[in-house]
Amino acid sequence: MTSLSLVLKQLRYQNTAFWRNPVAAFFTFVFPLMFLVMFNLLFGSRDLEIPGGTVNTSTFYVPAIGALSVITACYTNLAIGMSFSRDEGILKRIRGAPIPAWSFMVGRIAHAVFLALLLMAIVTASGAIFYNVDVPTGTLPAFIVTLALGGATFCALGLAVMKAIPNAEASPAIVNASILPLMFISDIFIPMNDAPGWLTAFANIFPVRHFSVAMQTSFNPFEGGLGFETVHLLVMAAWMAAGMLIAIRTFSWEPRR
Amino acid sequence: MTQSSGTTSTPVIEVQGLHKLYGQLEAVRGIDLQIQRNEVFALLGPNGAGKTTTVEILEGHRSKSSGDVSVLGYDPGKNNRKLKERIGIVLQSTGVERYLTVVETINLFSQYYPHPLPVEDVLEMVGLGEQRKTLVRRLSGGQRRRLDVAVGVVGDPELLFLDEPTTGFDPSARRGAWEMIRNLRSLGKTILLTTHYMDEAEALADRVAIMVQGRIVAEGTPSELAQRKGRTIIRFKMEGKELSLPQGLEFDREMVNGMYSLTTDTPTPTLHVLTTWAVENGIELEDLAVTRPSLEDVFVELADTGAMEGERE
Repeated sequence: MTSLSLVLKQLRYQNTAFWRNPVAAFFTFVFPLMFLVMFNLLFGSRDLEIPGGTVNTSTFYVPAIGALSVITACYTNLAIGMSFSRDEGILKRIRGAPIPAWSFMVGRIAHAVFLALLLMAIVTASGAIFYNVDVPTGTLPAFIVTLALGGATFCALGLAVMKAIPNAEASPAIVNASILPLMFISDIFIPMNDAPGWLTAFANIFPVRHFSVAMQTSFNPFEGGLGFETVHLLVMAAWMAAGMLIAIRTFSWEPRR
Repeated sequence: MTQSSGTTSTPVIEVQGLHKLYGQLEAVRGIDLQIQRNEVFALLGPNGAGKTTTVEILEGHRSKSSGDVSVLGYDPGKNNRKLKERIGIVLQSTGVERYLTVVETINLFSQYYPHPLPVEDVLEMVGLGEQRKTLVRRLSGGQRRRLDVAVGVVGDPELLFLDEPTTGFDPSARRGAWEMIRNLRSLGKTILLTTHYMDEAEALADRVAIMVQGRIVAEGTPSELAQRKGRTIIRFKMEGKELSLPQGLEFDREMVNGMYSLTTDTPTPTLHVLTTWAVENGIELEDLAVTRPSLEDVFVELADTGAMEGERE
């Protein structure tokens, strides 16, 4: 078998197993969509000041929950899923089989990205159908670049954070503790318009807010240009590089039991 | 210490002066091994003896500290795909995806190999035909172990590593596993087995090496190893203790129920003395038995000696 067909095979089996696991399917897939519905119900019709004018808050929540979906599928799902695979000895088993390590890794990463794209498509379509939020057109290239960079950044960070996970049972706690607080201060759950400057400055250290803001811009109806948030994208790229470096240097195929 | 059969070609596994250090701890302290084609070789030893470390170096899961290791002509430390295509590994510390079915799992792994066995044949070989559509997470412990074996053999390997293949099995499942290992041997496979069970090594292995404290302390066929202890045990039962035992024979400590035993390097003259004495005194030696020590006796003796040496160091 060629390496590419091995990747596709891996992807297909990973997908089969994913949907059979109720916990994984619920927290990765249903959760973000629940947030989309709830936040829009609660706050969607309020007015919100954004660069260029005033919109209803749904225009904030569609890209914000889109970003949340990518983070959940790539960072949370990949880190927890791979930690369980590591402790169950699945990674070690793969290591002893004649499949190149990268085909296995690419298969797992591709599945996370596939979930992210699927969620993003559902969120964007729901925005257009139910919440009167336009699908990006003039900013479509910026949207695609932001989405791709976001997926890559949070996959890299998901694999990097595995270094800090002592065993699979601890993985949901560690992964959520590292990401949930950031979501509250990073224009994901709540618009940060009235937040103190120091809090926004703190949030700006991490990649979550940069991703969310870049995503907002690509959905901004007043955006006259191409909508590339160069600085935000560069910060994300830096985090991606750091994540990849840590992941490559510290990744372990051995169970930590 | 290895015996060479002369006619066979290059060994499947050849190890010389293998050492493995974990920080200050020397887990493997210079071992030599030669395993020939179509041989079932058992590596025995107590926990912490270095068996798993040794086998994992041969499988390419761990790096060696020093020494020469060759598996099917490859250096396993080089992570070579060609080598992995020709070996099968069944470890205790590996697993498979819990939300795939038995047949999906075997099918997925068969794709990794250039010349896999038909999935149906593998299912039959390990006796999981009825569980083919069962999710891995719903299998019993023994069934999951058989699935481990299935994944290990699906690539039709020349060399199979089996790490404690029957731990946790009930007696009938063990017999089944033994039968399967014999079948694999009859198909021309070479098998390196680690086990805690002496009877397993005695039943399956062509040759056995006993590892204690990171060293191989004995190696040979099971019967050679049993003879290595060199002593024969004579046991009998006798009532009426007032009779004095024959002169010149040294008995082990007296057992309950009038059982006597003695160990000797010269069973024929010893028996002669004993039986002559019995006939002259008109005594019937009930339950008279002459036995060789089992592999287990040898193992226990070597493991104890090794442990004592370890403490002295």
